[in-house]
Amino acid sequence: MYTQTEIIKDTTGIGSEGELVINVGPQHPATHGVLHLVITLNGETIKKIEPHLGYIHRSIEKMCESLNYRQFIYVTSRMDYLSSHINNQACALCVEKGMQIEVPDRAKVIRVLMAELTRIASHELWLGAMAMDLGAFTPFFYTFRERELITDIMEETCGARLTMNYMTPGGVTFDIHENFQKKVKQFLKQFKEKVVEFDDLVTNNVIFRNRTEGVGILSYEDAISYGCTGPVGRASGVKCDIRKIAPYDAYDRVEFDEVLDTAGDSFARYIIRVKEMMQSVRIIEQLIDNIPEGDFQAKTKAVLKLPKGEFYTRVETARGELGVYIVSEGGMTPYRIKFRSPGFSNLSALDHMASGAKIGDLMATMGTLDLVIPDIDR
Amino acid sequence: MELTKDLPTGAQEFPGHIHQTPGGGIVVSSFDGLINWARSNSLWPLTFATSCCGIEMMSVASAKYDFSRFGFEVARATPRQADVIIIAGTIVNKMGPVLKRLYDQMADPKYVIAMGACAISGGPFFYNTYSVVKGADHIIPVDVYIPGCPPRPEALLHALITLQEKIKSGLTREQIRDESKA
Amino acid sequence: MTNEEIKAFITEAAPTASFDETGEWLNIAVEPASWKALAQKLRNAPLPFDYLFCLTCIDWKTNLTVVYHLSSSQNRQVNIVVKVKLDAANPEVETVCDIWRTAEFHEREVFELFGAIFLNHPDLRRLILTDDFEGFPLRKDFEDPINMIKL
Repeated sequence: MYTQTEIIKDTTGIGSEGELVINVGPQHPATHGVLHLVITLNGETIKKIEPHLGYIHRSIEKMCESLNYRQFIYVTSRMDYLSSHINNQACALCVEKGMQIEVPDRAKVIRVLMAELTRIASHELWLGAMAMDLGAFTPFFYTFRERELITDIMEETCGARLTMNYMTPGGVTFDIHENFQKKVKQFLKQFKEKVVEFDDLVTNNVIFRNRTEGVGILSYEDAISYGCTGPVGRASGVKCDIRKIAPYDAYDRVEFDEVLDTAGDSFARYIIRVKEMMQSVRIIEQLIDNIPEGDFQAKTKAVLKLPKGEFYTRVETARGELGVYIVSEGGMTPYRIKFRSPGFSNLSALDHMASGAKIGDLMATMGTLDLVIPDIDR
Repeated sequence: MELTKDLPTGAQEFPGHIHQTPGGGIVVSSFDGLINWARSNSLWPLTFATSCCGIEMMSVASAKYDFSRFGFEVARATPRQADVIIIAGTIVNKMGPVLKRLYDQMADPKYVIAMGACAISGGPFFYNTYSVVKGADHIIPVDVYIPGCPPRPEALLHALITLQEKIKSGLTREQIRDESKA
Repeated sequence: MTNEEIKAFITEAAPTASFDETGEWLNIAVEPASWKALAQKLRNAPLPFDYLFCLTCIDWKTNLTVVYHLSSSQNRQVNIVVKVKLDAANPEVETVCDIWRTAEFHEREVFELFGAIFLNHPDLRRLILTDDFEGFPLRKDFEDPINMIKL
């Protein structure tokens, strides 16, 4: 049996004569979390980037092996905390697939509404943070203004602003309150007026376009080979929207476009996310007046036990394809759980995209990858 | 406003007495009181957010729950220019030495706020994890603890005001340590 | 390609493979020695399986099973699951990161959490654990009385 010390290569050999090795992170305002990049530079040009992960590795997969099927959902909220509803939805769908529970229509529509509101909130925060990385401080305040409206709606329905434990196997935990439709319509009205504002401020800005066009190009074959999904994959032309490939909940009843682009550069990734926000608005408008009556939760046993076997579910979070793989031996807790996170694969393409460019381009590329580090480290 | 009833006396007014004399006035105060008052009203936080609580910290920095009203606006990215470190998020074994190094790089006087259940005691990741430090105060001494997962932005604002009062009344760990040495 | 065509293609490439269709997708069990050749053939099949979307490992105490979930970018409705059983005392298998680049990071993670060795990997090193960590945490026989507080 090999020990780990025999296999581990010495890492002090990176960087030869005349090259500078610098650390970006783990504490850095632009890495959006604790990401440590060891960059080898020749002047200002990047030769090699090595990500060092693990600064927020909270051993979630080991912990879930001792929690039962209703308890492990709260932990997954904290993995990709900006799309926490969608993470919970993935876990609930996997358990429902295993136990063959039928979810009522009302719960399906409520789940889709919450998921799309979460997607808009996540893209808003991303836009504010990315603009701040490139030096523009004003969009940060504009986008947080709309985000506060969404978190107010979430707080009135689920009780929490950020890590909501709202989806459970069988449906949702509480019913929506009577002001829900009015508030969502008010939000949509304001959002449609204001998105023109920051579109004008950021998209047509000549400095922003110069910094993002032609930077960090990822080709179609590389995107498939590196397993990039979400807006990163769609900017290179890969059709990878799980809501179209394997529709779940109420996504087969709504009409929306999958936004694709062929340029593969940072500007394409940026503009796809802005267009995705408008598609989410379209989905919400189709469903907000047609919420069916009925139960919000299917009747399930108090203690859930999945039958022996393996179950895999995929959903589309704001970052890409999240996969939940449960291996069960028939007990109350899973035998092995694996979360296929979108950020892990997107990050592995960073070295390929940013090598040969300058440090300033690295910030634009990393900003458009939209990494959330706890999602990568789990 | 009713809120001022429970605060320690002298914590929100200017520390000193003004004697009116013909031709102007004389202000009598103590150096300690004056310095504490000045320090507490312009604390500069270090941007140290590891996980979900960082988003609530960003919300506090934005326009709805502004913290620049209290003097915290200039959030520095480097510890050498910061006064307060707000530990927002879980600390794991790999991050522990990094946190200690950041704390050592900050100049005196420095204060620490532990935000969220993870920084107080490991939070939801207490049982059955092999890599989480069960509480940031295993590594550095903490002045104010904020419970919640994640705490509301108003809770963070309350903690910042509590820290300001602690400084004005001379009760932070920094000040107690200095007194016991002197 | 339907399941029958896939089965025929695989049996031709790796005669010792066995199939299991009880789950949602077609499961294929192969020997570690014949996995690399089969992977190469799958990548260049008439419907190329060029999208590896999940690589993980399960500890069954007597063996470690490495699980690969594959799909095709031209037809995302076709998904197959390949399982390679490795001996627990000496878990070694060939790497596939020259075929699918996403396997680089995934195999590093499986190596450090389970101890499965991937031969000819360009850079098999620790990724997410501390440098002085002893043991393989996600194995079932991992004990750490200091850090892990049991409920």
